[in-house]
Amino acid sequence: MITLQHMMVISGLLFALSVAGIFINRRNVILLLMCIELLLLSANFNFVAFSRWLGNIDGQVFVFFILTVAAAESAIGLAILVVLFRKRRSIDVEDLATLKG
Amino acid sequence: MTETSFAQFLPALPEIYLVGAICALLMFDVFFGLKKPTRTASVALLLLLGGAVATLISADFGHRQVLFSGMYIADDLATLLKLASFLFVAIALFYSGEFLGRRKLQQGEYYVLVFTALLGVLVLTSAGSLLMVYIGVELLSLSLYALVAFDRENGVAAEAAMKYFVLGAIASGIMLYGMSLLYGLSGTLSLAGLATAFSGPNSLGLILGLAFLVVAVAFKFGAVPFHMWVPDVYQGAPTSVSLLVASVPKIASFAVAYRLLAEGLGEVSGTWTQMLSVLAVLSLLFGNLIAIAQTNLRRMLAYSAISNVGFILLGFVTGTGDGYEAALYFTLVYVMVVLGTFGAILLASREGFEADEIADYKGLSSRDPSLAFMVAVLMFSTAGIPPFVGFWAKLRIIESLVNVGHLWLSIIAVVMSVIGAFYYLRIVWVMYFDPPGDLPRGQPRLALRFVLGLNAAAALGLGLFPDVLLNVCQTVLHRG
Repeated sequence: MITLQHMMVISGLLFALSVAGIFINRRNVILLLMCIELLLLSANFNFVAFSRWLGNIDGQVFVFFILTVAAAESAIGLAILVVLFRKRRSIDVEDLATLKG
Repeated sequence: MTETSFAQFLPALPEIYLVGAICALLMFDVFFGLKKPTRTASVALLLLLGGAVATLISADFGHRQVLFSGMYIADDLATLLKLASFLFVAIALFYSGEFLGRRKLQQGEYYVLVFTALLGVLVLTSAGSLLMVYIGVELLSLSLYALVAFDRENGVAAEAAMKYFVLGAIASGIMLYGMSLLYGLSGTLSLAGLATAFSGPNSLGLILGLAFLVVAVAFKFGAVPFHMWVPDVYQGAPTSVSLLVASVPKIASFAVAYRLLAEGLGEVSGTWTQMLSVLAVLSLLFGNLIAIAQTNLRRMLAYSAISNVGFILLGFVTGTGDGYEAALYFTLVYVMVVLGTFGAILLASREGFEADEIADYKGLSSRDPSLAFMVAVLMFSTAGIPPFVGFWAKLRIIESLVNVGHLWLSIIAVVMSVIGAFYYLRIVWVMYFDPPGDLPRGQPRLALRFVLGLNAAAALGLGLFPDVLLNVCQTVLHRG
């Protein structure tokens, strides 16, 4: 029997995994974008699980909005990435260090 | 369900109008603006004035209306914040017109993106549910990411945009996770529902969900330790975009903090005021200390913004209507003064001379006396020197802190504003007492200079008559 606790643990793991991925990853901006998607999905997972558990549809409606906005978000992220690559010829996280102080 | 009529939609007129204006502006640019971009700029300004009028028409002063099944709140606070947003965005666009033309950035898309960002702000000021908060935050942030990267030939701007995007997206993810926890605990997305659901004792889940939300709010405000994007964006983005990022989103952040924390979770304010007080003290400390070491004016203003956000958060730390009122007053005053400061940078800049290093202002008093005077007024105001308006804003925050017995926090705030005064006054020193060298002389640009003069005069005038704006803030938060 899969209970709410199982769902919460999985979404917590997804969340931890994505945050760890963002902070440990020092190489590639595309990996960062993937981790951000995972972060949003962990929240989605929570919403759907709670929605089923509460018998309340609001959470599932919220998920549709999150999915739509996430699509727009990755489109903008990739567009910025293309601009960056054209100027720098690199998508290394470590090369993003012109601005500091 | 009751019958739907057009009158029901009237309180949401500002947003509906703005969506129409976005479409109209996009089409206008395609048909009439491609050859003469200045036309689009003028139409954008007219549309913003129309928006202010629409806000006034739809306002029902003194009443609070809840629409669309509790998703949308129309009250006096929303009206005031919407009017201020329309006005401040119009001023920001006016300041940046010449700059955009010179940098060949004056395209229709720029104005459309500014409008969508403004739509996000409007949605946030009226948010009545977690869903609306999320949609508003994303509308605002996504438009700003694109604006920061708008100058495609500028690699530094692209880097700033990337950092802003990654950190902002993490913040949104964290906010969503917190919202999902609150939804699971309360079974509702509406902020009014949250307020009734969480009137009992605090559970561990509630504290966890709250912590996530506070982190997200701190990210959007740019409070330490979630401030990493602020200096990079202020310095890397085109100056006109820095002006925008520095000004109107602060109003949106205030609205989020007020609707989400004060209205939705006001019953459990004891939990989040503790978290905010840590963030506020860290912001005051790091913002002011790091700002001293800066040589780039825009970066210095970024750290100054961080320390000012600390003050706004201190207003929320009180957890009382008095404190929210002080925070609202501080936010409006700060945004007005920061608009003027960035406007001065835009006025001083010219082809091949960005005027964003502090050294670029050496001897400005002999090269451009009126500009130097206006910058001095604005700096005195931000530093919080009487009789300028910034003094009253800081005084109100400290007063509200003392009223609820946060003596240590108010002492920290006073010490930090004294330290902060140093780097604002250093600008004045550089302008008036350093030799000008062979830096360029000022340019006339009379229209821009006139509006900037009005902005500086407002910083002095509102300081001489502080009760005017203060009474407005008091009225909209229903303390009369």
